[in-house]
Amino acid sequence: MGCLYALIAAGLSLIFGLMEIVNFAHGEFLMLAMYVAFFAWSLAHLDPVLALPLTALALAGLGWATYWGLIRRVLGGPMLAQIFATFGLAVFLRSGAQFLWGVDFRTIKDPLLAGRLSVGGVFLGLPQLAASALALLAFLGLWLFLRHSETGLALQATAQDRQAAALMGIDTQRMFALGWAIGSACVGVAGGLLAMFFYIFPDVGGAFALLAYVAVALGGFGNVPATLLAGVLVGLAEVFAGLLIAPAMKYAVVFLLYLAVVLWRPQGLFGRF
Amino acid sequence: MRLVIALALALILAVPALAAAQPKDLVIGVVYPMSVPACALEIAAEIANGATDLPFPFYQRLKGMPGLKGARVRLIFSDHQGKPEIGQAEAERLITQEKVAALVCCWHSNVTATASQVAERHGVPFLNAESSSPGLTARGFQWFFRTSPHDGHFTQVMFEFFRDFQAKRGVKLKTLGLTYEDTTFGSDSGKVEKELAQKYGYDVILDLQYRARATSLQSEVQRLKAANPDVWMPTSYQTDAILFVRTSRELDYNPRMIMAQNSGHISSDFVKEMGKEAEGTLTRAPFSTDLIGKRPVATALNAIYAKRAGKDLYDFPARAFTGIMTLLDAINRAGSTAPDAVRRALVATNIPGDQLIMTWEGIKFDQTGQNTGVKGIILQMQGGKYHTVYPFDAATRDVIYPIPPWKDRK
Repeated sequence: MGCLYALIAAGLSLIFGLMEIVNFAHGEFLMLAMYVAFFAWSLAHLDPVLALPLTALALAGLGWATYWGLIRRVLGGPMLAQIFATFGLAVFLRSGAQFLWGVDFRTIKDPLLAGRLSVGGVFLGLPQLAASALALLAFLGLWLFLRHSETGLALQATAQDRQAAALMGIDTQRMFALGWAIGSACVGVAGGLLAMFFYIFPDVGGAFALLAYVAVALGGFGNVPATLLAGVLVGLAEVFAGLLIAPAMKYAVVFLLYLAVVLWRPQGLFGRF
Repeated sequence: MRLVIALALALILAVPALAAAQPKDLVIGVVYPMSVPACALEIAAEIANGATDLPFPFYQRLKGMPGLKGARVRLIFSDHQGKPEIGQAEAERLITQEKVAALVCCWHSNVTATASQVAERHGVPFLNAESSSPGLTARGFQWFFRTSPHDGHFTQVMFEFFRDFQAKRGVKLKTLGLTYEDTTFGSDSGKVEKELAQKYGYDVILDLQYRARATSLQSEVQRLKAANPDVWMPTSYQTDAILFVRTSRELDYNPRMIMAQNSGHISSDFVKEMGKEAEGTLTRAPFSTDLIGKRPVATALNAIYAKRAGKDLYDFPARAFTGIMTLLDAINRAGSTAPDAVRRALVATNIPGDQLIMTWEGIKFDQTGQNTGVKGIILQMQGGKYHTVYPFDAATRDVIYPIPPWKDRK
C-alpha cells in the first residue's frame, strides 16, 4: 500500500513544489479516478490495468482544467482564498459524485489481476503487488521526466523561481497547468490501481488523502522522490503496527511517526524549506 | 372606499384566525446518514396522512391521525454523515429551531449516543429503531425508546444457534475469533460477544479491535489466518465488511464459519457487491426478505415499498418503518404533541406481533426504554442472497457448513 500512498502523495507534492498550493481536493481526484476506472470496466469491459492510460488522461485533463478554471484566478490572492478554492472544489466534487452516482458502494469484480503470491509463508495479494510495481514504474517515469526532459527541467526551474524562469522565456502559466495535469495524472494512475481491489463510493478519497498529506509532509513539501520514501514508510508503519501492536492503533502509530519527524525536522525528512 | 378598506382589514385579520383553526402539522425530525432509504419513512408518514393504505387494524387506526384531529405528519430529514458531532448538532437544530415533536434517529450507535443526549436534555421523545449498542438503554434516560433488539439479544441468538447447530449436525465449535471496529457499535458488540463466549464455554483465541474505515485490512486478515478459529465473528459497517471479504480472498483466508453482527454484512451494497464472494456468511438479523411471504403485513407493505424503492424491503427500512410507526401510534394515542403526553403514551405502548412486519412477539417498552418483544433470527448468504436458516422451524434453507474454500469456488 505504501507505494500507492506515495503515488497519491507525489501528485500533491508536485503541485505544492511548483506553486505552493495544497490541493485539498486531492482525495476527490482519487475518487473520480476510481469512478473512471469503474465505468471503463462496467460500460466498456475494460480492465482497470488496461484502463490506466484512460484514467491518467482523464485526470490530467481535470487537473489542467482545474488550473485554468480555478487556480489561475486565485494564485495571486491571499493564502486563505487558495485554501478555500481547493476545499470548495473538494466539496463540490464529492457532492457532485453523490448526486450523479448516488452513495452506493461499487466494486470491480474479477479484475485481470487477482489471486496471491506466497513468499516464505507470507501471503501478498497480487493486485496490491502489481499496484506497487506499477506505482514504482509511474514514479520512475515521473522522475525521469522531471530530471531529464526539457519540459521537466523547465518545470523545476519554475518551481525554484518563477520570475527567473519567466525571464528565461519559460511560459510559467503553461508550466503550472502542466504541473497540475501531471500531478493529477499521478493520482489518476493511483486511483485506477486502487479500484482493482478497493470499494468505490463518493467519500472514498478522504482516508487516502489524509495519508497522502502525511507522506508529503513527512518527505518534505515539494520533494517528489522523498515522497516515495515517505509513502512507503507510512505503508510499512501501518502494516507493522497492525501486526505487532494492535490493528486499532495502526493509524495512531503512523501519525505518531509523523509528529516525531516534524518535531525533529519541521521541513520533513528531505524538505528544502 | 372606506368599505373596501374595512373589508380588506377584516380579511387580513381573518386569515391568521382561519389558519389557526386548521390542525397544526405534526413535525418529526429524522436524522440519518445520507444513504438511508428514506422511502420506508415516507410511506409511514403517508399511512398516517391517509394517502397510502395498509389494510390491517393497527395501521387503519392511525389513518388521518384522529388523536390529533387530522394533523398532517411532516418529516424533516437531516443527514448526520455518520458523525456523532453532526448528529448532535442536527438534533439540537431540529429541536430548537424546527420545534419537532419527536426525533427518529440515527442508525449508527455512536451518533445515537450523542443525539439522544440532546433530546434528553430538552425533554423530547427520541425513538431509535436500529442502533444495536446495548449501552444505549443502560444510561437511565427518560426520553429514549428503542424498538429494535440490541447486540445482547442478537448475540444471544448467535450462541443459541451454535448450541443447536452443533447438536443437529454433530460438529464441534470450540474456538472463536472476534474482529470488531472501534466505534461504539464495534466495541459494545465485542464486549457482549466476549461475555457470552465465556458464559457458554467457548475460547476466544483472537480478540481484535480494528480501526474503522481502514484503507487496508491486510494485517487484520493475516492475524485471522494465523489464529484460524472455528468461527470468525466480525462486527463491521459496510466499508470494512466489503474490504474484509476482498482481503480474505486475496490472502486466501478460508474461515469455516462466519457469524457476522448484522450491519455492514447485511447492507444492500454489501449483498449487491459481494454477493457470492460472501457465500456462507451467517449474520444475525431482526428481519429477512425471504420471510416477507410468511407475514401478511410484510407482504402488503413490500408491495408498496418495492414499487417505490425498486427493491424488496430489507432489514434497515423494515426496522426504520417499525420504529416510526410505533412513535406515530404513541403520538396518536397521546392526543397531543406535548412531550410528557407522548412519553406516557410510548411507555404504555403495546403493539401485538401480528400487526408488525417483523417476526417479533410485539412492541412493549421496559423501564429502560428497550422493547421487550424482540426476537432475532440467523440468515446465511447462499447464492448471493440472504436466507433464513435459524430458528430451524422458520428456516427457508439448510446451513452451508463448512464454507467452501476460495480455491473451490468459481
